[in-house]
Amino acid sequence: MGKASKNRNLADKVRKTKTSTVIKNNPFEVKINRKKFDVLGRKTKHDVGLPGVSRSKAITKRKETLLKEYKQKNKSNKLIDRRLGEYDSKMAPEDKILQRFAMERQRLHGKKDMYNLNEEEELTHYGQSLAEMEKFNDMVESDDESEEKGLLSAELTASHFGGGGGLLRKKTTGEQQDEGGQRTKSRQELIEELIQKSKQEKRERQVQKEEAQELTEKLDQEWKSIQALMVKKTPKDQETDKPEEKPKLDQYDMMVRELGFEMKAQPSEKMKTPEEFAREEREKLQKLEADRLRRMLGEEVEVSGPSQTHMSADDLNDGFILDKNDKKTLSYQDGKWNVEDETQDENDEEEENSEESEGEGEDDDDGNEDVEEEEEDGEGGDSEEDEGEEDGHSDLDSDRESKEDEEQEEYEETDAKAETSLSKEELKAQQDAAKAELPYTFTAPESYSDLKDMLHGHTPDNKRLIVARTQKCNHPSLAVGNKLKLQKLLGFLLEYIGELATNSPPELTTIDKLIPELYTLCQMFPEAACKAMQGILRDAAHGMEEMLEVKGHVPSPTLDMIIYLKVTALLFPTSDFRHPVTTPALLYISQALTKCPVRSLQDVTSGLLLCCLALEYISFSKRFVPELINFLLGTLNLAVQDKASLGYTVVLPFKPSGKYSDLLVLSDSESCKSWSKKSLPLFTNERLELKTELDKDHHRLTCLSTCLDLVKRCCLLYKDLTSFTHIFQPITTLLSKHFPAQTLPELLQALHSGILEAVNSVAVTHCPLVFEKKKPIPLKLLTPKIVEVLDYGKKRGSNKEEREKERLTHKYKKEFKGALREIRKDSRFLAREKLNDIMKKDAERKRKVRELFGSLATQEGEWKALKRKKRK
Amino acid sequence: MAPAKKRNVISATTTEQNVKKAKIDVNSKVEGVLESRKHANDVFDILEVLQSEKEKNVITAISACSKLFCSMLERKDLFMGKLPEEEEALSGGYSPEQKYGIFMRHRYNGCVEMLLQLLCHKLYDVKESALSCLMKFAATEGQHPLEDLDWSEHYSFPRELIQVVVDRLLSKTEDNSLLFSRFQEFLEMEDVRFYVMTSVRDSVGKVMEKNKGALLPVYQNNVFTLISNINMPSQDSELTNFMVKQEAKHEDWKAAKLTEHKRVFERMWLGFLKYQLPGNMYKKVLVILHDSILPHMSKPTLMIDFLTAAYEVGGAISLLALNGLFVLIHQHNLDYPDFYKKLYNLLEPSVFHVKYRARFFHLANIFLSSSHLPVYLVAAFAKRLAHLALTAPPTALLIVLPFIYNLIRRHPSCRVLIHRPSADGEPLEDPYVMDEEDPSQCRALESSLWEIKTLQKHYHPDVAKAAMLINTPLSEQEDDIDEMLEITNFELMERDLKPPQTKSIPLEFEPATQLLKGGGDVLGQHFCLD
Repeated sequence: MGKASKNRNLADKVRKTKTSTVIKNNPFEVKINRKKFDVLGRKTKHDVGLPGVSRSKAITKRKETLLKEYKQKNKSNKLIDRRLGEYDSKMAPEDKILQRFAMERQRLHGKKDMYNLNEEEELTHYGQSLAEMEKFNDMVESDDESEEKGLLSAELTASHFGGGGGLLRKKTTGEQQDEGGQRTKSRQELIEELIQKSKQEKRERQVQKEEAQELTEKLDQEWKSIQALMVKKTPKDQETDKPEEKPKLDQYDMMVRELGFEMKAQPSEKMKTPEEFAREEREKLQKLEADRLRRMLGEEVEVSGPSQTHMSADDLNDGFILDKNDKKTLSYQDGKWNVEDETQDENDEEEENSEESEGEGEDDDDGNEDVEEEEEDGEGGDSEEDEGEEDGHSDLDSDRESKEDEEQEEYEETDAKAETSLSKEELKAQQDAAKAELPYTFTAPESYSDLKDMLHGHTPDNKRLIVARTQKCNHPSLAVGNKLKLQKLLGFLLEYIGELATNSPPELTTIDKLIPELYTLCQMFPEAACKAMQGILRDAAHGMEEMLEVKGHVPSPTLDMIIYLKVTALLFPTSDFRHPVTTPALLYISQALTKCPVRSLQDVTSGLLLCCLALEYISFSKRFVPELINFLLGTLNLAVQDKASLGYTVVLPFKPSGKYSDLLVLSDSESCKSWSKKSLPLFTNERLELKTELDKDHHRLTCLSTCLDLVKRCCLLYKDLTSFTHIFQPITTLLSKHFPAQTLPELLQALHSGILEAVNSVAVTHCPLVFEKKKPIPLKLLTPKIVEVLDYGKKRGSNKEEREKERLTHKYKKEFKGALREIRKDSRFLAREKLNDIMKKDAERKRKVRELFGSLATQEGEWKALKRKKRK
Repeated sequence: MAPAKKRNVISATTTEQNVKKAKIDVNSKVEGVLESRKHANDVFDILEVLQSEKEKNVITAISACSKLFCSMLERKDLFMGKLPEEEEALSGGYSPEQKYGIFMRHRYNGCVEMLLQLLCHKLYDVKESALSCLMKFAATEGQHPLEDLDWSEHYSFPRELIQVVVDRLLSKTEDNSLLFSRFQEFLEMEDVRFYVMTSVRDSVGKVMEKNKGALLPVYQNNVFTLISNINMPSQDSELTNFMVKQEAKHEDWKAAKLTEHKRVFERMWLGFLKYQLPGNMYKKVLVILHDSILPHMSKPTLMIDFLTAAYEVGGAISLLALNGLFVLIHQHNLDYPDFYKKLYNLLEPSVFHVKYRARFFHLANIFLSSSHLPVYLVAAFAKRLAHLALTAPPTALLIVLPFIYNLIRRHPSCRVLIHRPSADGEPLEDPYVMDEEDPSQCRALESSLWEIKTLQKHYHPDVAKAAMLINTPLSEQEDDIDEMLEITNFELMERDLKPPQTKSIPLEFEPATQLLKGGGDVLGQHFCLD
């Protein structure tokens, strides 16, 4: 490496020295590379060349590098240059010299000092130690340089003109002055005086400046001590508040700034009229509906953000939901305005609530607190304010209430009992009663058994109330952990519902009451609800799968599962093309419809229940469920007496004939007369007490009427399907040929004929299938394709790495070629040198030989001449 | 309560002690008998224990017997050759040595008889130890034959013993499947397997003849359990594990030749299948036929009769017979007339609901993969499958839709089924005749697959998506239906139950108020809360 670098250094030197403009200007040296075409915008590098110059350059370069090396080739001894820093280009020449000098001194020092009697031998110049001079003490103080520009400094003039400046420098200026005074005034002195004057001026200025500096510093210090007292000043402000500027800030400016920075009042939303509310509500519903349709079609476009949450216009979007029952509806009662002279309890409770919230998190949303405070205010009896408040709500209320059903209102009334009051005494009594009845705060249950204990022994209505209050007390916006608590509560509630359904007798009314709470919770935590529901479905499906593997068939789903399926439909949209909960739920229903054998009237009932559910699931989307049709066909087949030559086939779980294929055949045709249509209780699929044949027949007829009604609904739903006739062909065959319609009650006969009519009214012809029309492929165009080239002349690769690779290979190729060329030139040069050497040697030899011959010839000639002389 | 308990404990301990005592007793007696001939009569005591009521005693007695007679066989204490009657032996001019041998041989026979009876014992433990004891006898007898080896063709093997054991195992009244799994250990040995197979054939022949070919469900089930557990070797070199090693001419022994094994195996199966079988037995046989019976037969074509008969039966049995038939057609050049017509008629709604759906579609895929099939046939299959798909569960639909697409891809002229551009575009009724049995007459080619159009509205998103494919021209690449064949409903559900990728879960926006409300109020109309 050392050698190479050395070579390069040499080469550089050579290159730098040679190129001269003189030659460039010589027209005989210049070779012009003619271009065939002129390309616009292209920079040409090699249009003019100097072949002679470059050749000679190359030759000299070789001579200085290669040739030297060649000559040194077989020599074992070497000249090593040990001069300090000779080849170190980084070192400044002055440093180099200095260091060399120091080295020299060191070397000499060791040797000489041995016999040196003087302590120190010091070189002087004008009596001044040279070593001291080397220290460059006499440099001008750089600080003042800017100010002194253009002025003649004393030292400068002294050193430049006077000489012996070294002597002067040692003395202070004061001494100088004294000295100056003593001397006779010459021209020189005058000049000195002048200089001194200027110097003094300078000094004064300096002193002044220093003083100013000091003052500034002091001020800064003081400012810092005050600074701490000033509050909420940004560092930027500190910077701007420089001492000079400070007094400038007068009151007016401050005012202007304050005004400028003051928070501007935000425009508040204007109060809406009832019509506006109604319109908004409608628009929202329309939007939700459109969303539902889009999901039903399975379009992929996902609208970000949960737009499903039902928000009121006054919602602060902090997740706080003003639930129905905590609003005090403003109303007149017995001619009196039921102003919120609320029960003390309620008040306390609310306060507790707010305290809780304050205790648990100071940084709670302001809006949230506002809401509560407003409520408290209202309770405090500030009726006027309340009026406005309540007006706003009441519109909403009426809106909602229109949807609420009777029971809800009833419940409202019972709830409102505590709130409405006639007189103080009654109020007091009612308070006690309320106290005895239900507390107003509940801690969220930590486990399922907690929830059960909490709800144990209450009426269904109270259970709902308890859940609602628990939910309110633990609203996520009140504390950090509440979200988790409520999510747990949701899971427990679902579990509880399942248990209620499995109880005997099942407490369906309680479930019914709990549904709205469940819905609210679900709206708050869709993920948790989805997870819980999925868990239930997975377990049920897994159980079914295992049963199938072990036994080959499964028992009909239990009531709790049916309730769960129904709840799923209530909580989640069933019309979606794919939904994480409803799709598996529908799959479960279809699985149950195909895999549960029908062996009793109970099985028939539970099958019909599932059919109802399936129909509800698809009532909006009108999707095709083959299992539903299969099951309905099979059920109707159970009512056919003569099973020979049917003309259709039933599939699993039904068998065309066998022990259980006559389940719905009436034992006595007379029982039709005493039958009247009534709804079946939900739990009939689990316990069905049919003692007499008559009861059984009645049940059969109910089942048949349900079944026929479902078929009719299916007919209406599926009438747009292309294969409608094929789908319903078995059912129509059955109904028209085998079904004993005449012996059945009129209601059933009407349904029967209705179905047949509906089926026959549907068109049986269809257009043959064709592919969807594609966009026609455009013809090939003959106009040239114009591509804008932005990076002209650059190597284009598809991506960065490829481009880099391309570039590197190209560079490598270029370098390789260049190196090859150089090597060739080197060898040619060497060969030429060798030849030159040989030629030189030969010439020398020739010359020497000739010389020798010449001398010999003269010798000989002389000798011969001598001989001739002798002879003569 | 307490005293009773105490008594119980005592009685338990005493019985335990009794058992222990009996065990020591029996064992000491065995040693005594083996030690000297003086105690020969103790054999009777041991045999008596064999018939005792207590299972534990019986088991100890069995092990004692096994020990006693095995060592006797090894010592060649038992009489060899044709056994004279006991009285005869006493009177005849035998040496005391021989007399003892005869006596012991009789006891040995008696013991075997008792063990055979114990094979029908109600306790599995007893049965099992009796069986293993008998097999031990068989092994020792093979090593030390009781018969003279005068006949060169005859190799020493206790065939009679095996025969009686097999006869006993194939009970007509009891399901011995547990015992068979134990017995399978012995069937690993080549010679035992060989002779068991022979014995099974004899037994089946005898029993069924006696019963005049009528059904014997338990017996036939036993036979099936036994013979379906037989693992046949596939190569001659695998025949290494023998119970009895022949000293001379081992190579020539029938039990050492694979061809002989195959022949016996074949005869056994044919003998079994010759008689009428219970319905589910057909299914069981057909399920294992193609991979554990046909390959081990020397002439698989002999199964043709059975298979064609099964194919004619219809339903699931036909579906299963298809597999065996396929092997015969594919590997043994069976020519089956009207095969495709029959296959076409096998397509019924039940095809999608039976257990063997995957197997059927796998085979049907192979049968219909030929590119030399006439277009009308392929179209008929496609149309019929589509028609049946209207009643199929989603898992089946996920098989059948790609199946139909593959048919159309293989036979591009079938494309009219999903793409029939016509100038007028006049609506028409479906010309396809579902009830027609002959695929050439069913006018499938004139029809369109409207059923798939219907399935585009199927409730399951995967099915609907699959059905959507007919809206555009099908891709060139065939779908692989194999991976869909085994999918279960639960797996299908699991796909959706995975945690959703998108964060927001759509919710119902109509507030729920009551359990029975919502969704068109279907439930509310027909059912009430109480």
